[in-house]
Amino acid sequence: MITFNRFVLDNGLRVLVHEDITTPMAVVNIMYDVGARDENPDKTGFAHLFEHLMFGGSVHIPDYDEPLQRAGGENNAYTTNDLTNYYCQLPAQNLETAFWLESDRMLSLAFSEKSLSVQRKVVCEEFKEHYLNKPYGDVWHKMRSLAYQSHPYRWMTIGKELRHVEEANIDDVKAFFFKHYRPVNAILVVAGNVRTEQVKQLAEKWFGSIPMGEPYRRALPQEPVQQEARKLEMEAAVPLDAFVKTWHMDARLKPGYYAADMITEILGGGGSSRLYQALVKEQQLFSNIDCYHFGSIDPGLVAIEGKLVKGVTMENAAKAVDAEIEKMMQVQIPEPELQKVKNKTESVIAFEDMSVMSRANSLAMYELLGDATLINKELARYQEITTEDLQAYSREIFRAGNSNTLFYHATGK
Amino acid sequence: MLNRNLAPDITNAVDLDLKLRPLTTHTLKNQVPVYTVDGGAQDVVMVEWVFYAGNWYEQKNIVAATTNFMLKNGTKSRSAFAINEYFEFYGAYLNRSCYNETATITLHCLSKHLAELLPVVAELITESVFPQEELAIYKQNQKQRLEVNLRKCDFIANRLIDEYLFGFDHPYGKYTSTLDYDQLDRVELEAFYQQFYQNGRCKIFAAGKLPADTVGMIDRIFGELPLNRQEMPKVQHPVLPAAEKKYRIINDEQGVQGAIRLAMPFPNRHHPDFPKVQVLNNIFGGFFGSRLMSNIREDKGYTYGIHSYLQNHIHHSAWMVSTEAGRDVCEATITEVYKEMQVLRDEAVDAEELELVRNYMIGSLLGDLDGPFQIISRWKTYLLNGLDENYFYNSIHTIRTITAPELQALANQYLQPDNFYELVVV
Repeated sequence: MITFNRFVLDNGLRVLVHEDITTPMAVVNIMYDVGARDENPDKTGFAHLFEHLMFGGSVHIPDYDEPLQRAGGENNAYTTNDLTNYYCQLPAQNLETAFWLESDRMLSLAFSEKSLSVQRKVVCEEFKEHYLNKPYGDVWHKMRSLAYQSHPYRWMTIGKELRHVEEANIDDVKAFFFKHYRPVNAILVVAGNVRTEQVKQLAEKWFGSIPMGEPYRRALPQEPVQQEARKLEMEAAVPLDAFVKTWHMDARLKPGYYAADMITEILGGGGSSRLYQALVKEQQLFSNIDCYHFGSIDPGLVAIEGKLVKGVTMENAAKAVDAEIEKMMQVQIPEPELQKVKNKTESVIAFEDMSVMSRANSLAMYELLGDATLINKELARYQEITTEDLQAYSREIFRAGNSNTLFYHATGK
Repeated sequence: MLNRNLAPDITNAVDLDLKLRPLTTHTLKNQVPVYTVDGGAQDVVMVEWVFYAGNWYEQKNIVAATTNFMLKNGTKSRSAFAINEYFEFYGAYLNRSCYNETATITLHCLSKHLAELLPVVAELITESVFPQEELAIYKQNQKQRLEVNLRKCDFIANRLIDEYLFGFDHPYGKYTSTLDYDQLDRVELEAFYQQFYQNGRCKIFAAGKLPADTVGMIDRIFGELPLNRQEMPKVQHPVLPAAEKKYRIINDEQGVQGAIRLAMPFPNRHHPDFPKVQVLNNIFGGFFGSRLMSNIREDKGYTYGIHSYLQNHIHHSAWMVSTEAGRDVCEATITEVYKEMQVLRDEAVDAEELELVRNYMIGSLLGDLDGPFQIISRWKTYLLNGLDENYFYNSIHTIRTITAPELQALANQYLQPDNFYELVVV
């Protein structure tokens, strides 16, 4: 049970406080309700580039990191297709330093041209490091644009191409900031060795006077239900053939999400999972295989990906995956296998909740989803799923017309 | 009226009273030590078995790593699948890792399942059989994985820089080839297993919310095993550093980035300069606000990240600078690294920067000691390196009191370009 208090400032900033006096530290987590899905298709990668700019100085404070480090703190941030999250941890005595820093960059950035030009380069190097200069680095660019034809999940957080990042200008930066980085679109979570009264007073003092901003009304093009299976074959200078297949699944808050989470665990979670045992160990068609899902807020994807043992044809590999999928749809999952997945879920949640930072992040996430109390209801949602549910959802997800297959052929070069 | 130009008052982190929570030591019937840190809010535990079974003790490349990996791949009475199924049914994670001096088995689980799981861990230590079929699959898949990794400039660079520092025949400098996998024989694994696991030397670490009688339970299951009886072989490996200092390697003609490594040999944690150089290293490239990050990422935009650190080895360390930079700015990056060394040699660190680094290091230490897993992990490092809590308090004392002239003297002693190996892999 994770306890918290919640209040809302007059400018719409939602504040959650999670007290844990067993730690000497305080965590301040600010989540903004904007991610890569909110980008203009011609300016992709912007939400993430913007995250970098949040460290380039705010209206009264030339450098974010330095005063935080001086107060004994550390920080980081990440951007996903759905949201942008900033978090820092520092000795609880110095909590107010984090309020000062975070509120000033919510009030306004300095919009420095120098910071923009440097961070464009830094992000381009990040793009190269993770997506261009790595074997198989473009797999998910290809797969996303195959599986999504309307929804902005069709591009990755880093952006569609380097050019989009290179062309970002200061006017884009300002417009994005005043549209998305307003109190009304943000969630503040303060956790650790803190008191709710103290947080209330600090939140009023530092965030209370920031103009509310316009609530952001998200109206994204939704992905139509896929009717026909899609397939893409391509070649690349990699050593091994890779097989990737995805299927559309339910949105984050739908019951189907929990079922999909358990289905991917049965297929791909650990050394006793079905795909690993059948395809890596018994049939030896794949040298590795994974099954997981995107965990996205809007309807996401279930994915299976693996590298083929040399000499195995793509067709045989695909057939063997299909056979395992078919089994999920046709044969009811044995009760002990369901129990295994439930036990694993219980354990995952307990380990995640060990760190204050992770608890703060989860609280922000559930608040963003609409209800922070969900944090204490998740396990029950998994517990109530039956083997019948899993079979029914397997049939829904793995419906033939719902799939996208990528044959990524090695040229051997 | 709120003055946003004015930073709130802070408590200097250096003034915080940091304590390393003591750990409790127990000894099993067979003299195996068990170290525990009890506590935490969640009902979870971690138990780690540390064996002196790293590649320091192998006669042939990758025997230690393969033996360690295959501990989960079959015992007299359980198949690899059955072992995985058993642990995963309880939602437990059983990992194994092989390092240079040591190799470990680590169990993470809900406290309530510990009693069910410990006997099967004991089975892995006493009854592993290394099935031929499992070894064949392992070889095939590892060879394929290696082939993919060999396309990555950072992977190549990490292997080569260690080879330059220590020599290919040293456990810290050697790496794996396809041929090594082909030449592995299960008989070698069995022999290594018998000597270094079944009859090996072991230390056990347990942390988290420990169920009542955890140590008694461990004693009943592990205290009867023939561990910690035989003397370990006294193995010495001469360090044979490369004579040539500068390397430029093209691994991928089309590569758009280069992996840069600059490194110099450095003594281990027992050297009195080690904790002092940790402070100098932080200023140089040890955190986001370091000189290298500020200059090469935040001013020039040559890279997504650049870091320096002291390698975490028991016998000998090395001081390493590591980054991936745009192909056309690799040489410029190296020039800037040397420039930053020179500034540290020529100019004393100013009071404000030094105060910031002191606070940052203490604050980060405080955060690192948050929770039983973190506390035992620090203790484990100390014990495996032959240190005790004095090392912790001495490090804190150093962070609080080291002076700018001392740091400058250290920079002059160590941060000399001639000391460094220099490598770029595109």
